[in-house]
Amino acid sequence: MKKTLTQPSEPSDSAMLARVDRRYFLRSAGVAAATGAFILGACTEQDLMSDDTVDLGEGDFGILNYAYALEQLEAAFYTQVMMTPYLNMTDMEKWILTDIRDHEIVHREFFKTALGSKAIKGLTPNFSAIDFADRKSVLGAAKLFEDTGVAAYNGAGKLIKDVNYLLVAGKIVSVEARHASAIADLINPNALEFAGGQINNMGLENAFSPSVILSGVQPFVMDKISGKNLPR
Amino acid sequence: MNIFRILDSIQQVDGDAAGRLAHTTRRMFMNRIGSSLATVAVPTAFAAVVNKAYGATPSVTEVLNFALTLEYLEETFYFQANRMTNFIPAEYTLVFSQIERHETQHVDFLKGALGSAAVDRPQFDFTYGGAFPDAWTNFMTFITISAALEDTGVRAYKGQAGNLITAPAILEYALQVHSVEARHASLVRRIIGHLKKDPMMKGWITQDQGFPPAVYKGATPESNTVHAGLDAATLSGIGSITRDNVTEAFDEPLTMEEVLAIAGPFIKKMGM
Repeated sequence: MKKTLTQPSEPSDSAMLARVDRRYFLRSAGVAAATGAFILGACTEQDLMSDDTVDLGEGDFGILNYAYALEQLEAAFYTQVMMTPYLNMTDMEKWILTDIRDHEIVHREFFKTALGSKAIKGLTPNFSAIDFADRKSVLGAAKLFEDTGVAAYNGAGKLIKDVNYLLVAGKIVSVEARHASAIADLINPNALEFAGGQINNMGLENAFSPSVILSGVQPFVMDKISGKNLPR
Repeated sequence: MNIFRILDSIQQVDGDAAGRLAHTTRRMFMNRIGSSLATVAVPTAFAAVVNKAYGATPSVTEVLNFALTLEYLEETFYFQANRMTNFIPAEYTLVFSQIERHETQHVDFLKGALGSAAVDRPQFDFTYGGAFPDAWTNFMTFITISAALEDTGVRAYKGQAGNLITAPAILEYALQVHSVEARHASLVRRIIGHLKKDPMMKGWITQDQGFPPAVYKGATPESNTVHAGLDAATLSGIGSITRDNVTEAFDEPLTMEEVLAIAGPFIKKMGM
């Protein structure tokens, strides 16, 4: 290779962003309508905090508690799935769902230990909307939880101050994305859905703010969760 | 720091590295495809050179050009494969066209963000300097490279997240690409598991198993269990969950040097 490469002029970060943001908003305008449906349905701010409201807290610990809450939900879900497997669960499905259960339990316990005395309490899930005897219901819920988890971590990354916690979030989110892909592929094998509706026409996956995510998952938790002190 | 000066250096300083690498890798690859085990580490020669040429913390532009180079690599790989007749089995054409679509979108996105600072598309050699001579005739070789590229992509973006912490909006975009690569990796790996009837080849990475080894090892290997100073393998609440499962639950980063050492042999000639 004989060519020497001259360094092209460096655009400033803000110039780069301006270009990207303009394209992003123009091109994702149509997508927003499609992805917003499930979220908007539950979009009420819990301003009134009763005494038993679970406050996630502030700063990096708040974000870690936010992740801990989501992992509690996922771990509880898959634990139930494998305790009462749906009819005709195949061996492959059993392996995949058991692995995912174990990964989510590890995530849950990791955050619990990392948070120590700052950890929120164990949450009580509400899975009344899920029919655990029905494959379609279970895999549909699994897909929702995994897609939500990925979008939550994607959106929380920029709120983290400590680079070590950012790396931990990065280590976990790609595993959640691997789960999401596998679950979508169980529902519809070798189709587009393994990396489908959660990705806009710029090849970027959803990144949602904690308030959007918490509104979406609140129906699956008995306790009221508040993210009002989380960084924005 | 200029990643392309590094790639230059690899070829100038150690002209023989590609040859040596091709030799060891080919042998290993045949072992792997033929039977089971691969033990030798791959591009230590490249890693050594890259470490010499590597400087300070990269700028946002350098991170994005680094990402763009990887996306060019992936896009070109799938573009060629998807246009060959009778190469990708019919049941997987949707999967690989979807992956190509995303890689093209990532290239366009990064080029748009970089503007005139964007590097040009390099010329690629998917035989990896002769290490994968049947990359375009044997689907198993193709899909093995595919998984390696996707898993490398996941680790590469993860490794750069910290360098973008001061540019939060760009960090978010990088994370949004990162998870898409992980979705790709998961399915490609599962297809390999299906074709090889190997239940241990899952959508997630067990220990640091995988081929080529350099993709799964490194300064923080995929088998690592310590995160932010906490060892996830010794958590009291995980009960009988195995160490294998604990390693699967966390993906690990690669440094820019490690990624360039892996990607280097795919790059025949830089663009421009």
